[in-house]
Amino acid sequence: MAAARLGNEPVRGRAARRSFVDFASPARNRLRSIWALRVAIIAAVLAIWEVVAESGWLFRDVVPTVPVIARAVARLLADRSFYSNLAVTGAEIVAALAIGGIAGLVAGLVLGGNRFLARAYEGFIYYLGPTPKIIFFPIMILWFGVGPGSKIAMGALSAFFPIVISVASGMRQIAPVLLHVGKSFRATPWQMTRTIYLPAMRTPIVNGFRLGLGLAIIGALLAETKLSNRGLGYLIIQSYTTFDMPRMYALLIVLFVIAIGLNALIGRYAVSDRARSS
Amino acid sequence: MATATATRAHRYAPLAAPALGFATLVGAFALVEVLIRVGAINRFVVPLPSQVLAAIPRIIVEEGILHRFWQTTQEALWASVLLVFAGIGLGMLMFRFRLLRSACETWVAAFASAPVVLMYPLFLVIFGRSATTIVMIGFVAGLPPVILKTIEGLAGTRTVLLDVGRSFRLDDWQLFRKILLPAAMPSIFVGLRVGLIFALINIVGVEFLINFGGLGQLINELAERYDLPGTYGAIGFVILVSVLFFVVCERVERWLLPG
Repeated sequence: MAAARLGNEPVRGRAARRSFVDFASPARNRLRSIWALRVAIIAAVLAIWEVVAESGWLFRDVVPTVPVIARAVARLLADRSFYSNLAVTGAEIVAALAIGGIAGLVAGLVLGGNRFLARAYEGFIYYLGPTPKIIFFPIMILWFGVGPGSKIAMGALSAFFPIVISVASGMRQIAPVLLHVGKSFRATPWQMTRTIYLPAMRTPIVNGFRLGLGLAIIGALLAETKLSNRGLGYLIIQSYTTFDMPRMYALLIVLFVIAIGLNALIGRYAVSDRARSS
Repeated sequence: MATATATRAHRYAPLAAPALGFATLVGAFALVEVLIRVGAINRFVVPLPSQVLAAIPRIIVEEGILHRFWQTTQEALWASVLLVFAGIGLGMLMFRFRLLRSACETWVAAFASAPVVLMYPLFLVIFGRSATTIVMIGFVAGLPPVILKTIEGLAGTRTVLLDVGRSFRLDDWQLFRKILLPAAMPSIFVGLRVGLIFALINIVGVEFLINFGGLGQLINELAERYDLPGTYGAIGFVILVSVLFFVVCERVERWLLPG
């Protein structure tokens, strides 16, 4: 929109605006400059890191050198026990997302479809959503034991809230004409849900699950760091107790790559979905 | 009673819905109380809601809850000071140098989706088991929304406002202070509110995880003592405090930015 406005302005305004905010080179070189800057930033960060690591200004071993971390990542990826722990955590997160996701989807459809119930209950969800979920972990241990059950519960509890909120608000934003079409065909509530609501709400649902996945990862892994004997969270806290810093860095790097990658993957699905529907 | 509330809903719409919400909450507690008393729920897993309520005054008096509340508040305050300076500062920097923004904005957005709080063992090693660790986790977790919303606010300034400023021959600094910053304020406040909420969640969470500090630690301690009514009561109390915090944040934002 800003670009469209810019197009209609007098030349003087455009030139002045460019002089204030735009220091970039011409368009065809722009992408190259962006990538050059990115590479430069990464190189600078790595160089500073290496200098700090070699200098011993910080406590020894707290900042391992880059090659040491790189070797630790390679060792981690070659380690079979890493994959078995990854599988444990992955299964927990899938179960958590299934439970929290289905519960959130149903609750979101109910709240989105009924204004009275929404006014009665959505306040609770809206305000409970951003509270710290990890403090429920002692209760989850009591209810579901010290094994994977309590981690799944933590993940499901974390994933539930963004999905409800996203689905409920997405449902209220469906174009009324679609609902009228459904009603004029005398669709049953189940048919309305299946053929009108769910297809029209793909983007908010996908976005809700994207946020839910991120929170489920945090919920399950934090629970693992607190009390467990398997899973990625356990590996992280184990490397802390044994002061194996390169391994901790390696675990965090791999975890971040997985989390950011999954998020981007689902996000891309939501965007392409929106592009297709518009 | 539920049907009575529902039929009245149509006539007294404004109050009926919140009343139903409240009634459901009270009803759920009453149901749990009954189920525990008849033995359908194990009282060593879920304590009686009446016991939990009775435990709250005890926690407040015996566990120094005011002091703990103050500790958590202090951590949140330090994190928010860091957020204001670093978050808004970085946002301004990335707005000012557009190439920097093009290069790094997606990184910041990606970082927002990373499970930052899981770095807490790393922060423990660097800063020790101290309030600094907690503040830093809160700060880092809250940083992305502040940066992104600052950029969004500055970049969304209406061109006509900038043109007015230029027609008055404002220099870059005046243009920034008198036009860009006020125009970006609503968006910056949204970013700060979201960032502060992220910070608070992570602060309480890390307090619980590393058993240090204020309200989060209280829950950990009571749970380790197997004081069930106390644990449930403390969790309820922390939830209540967080909810109040969100409400206050929203009110402050609305008060500062009327319309």
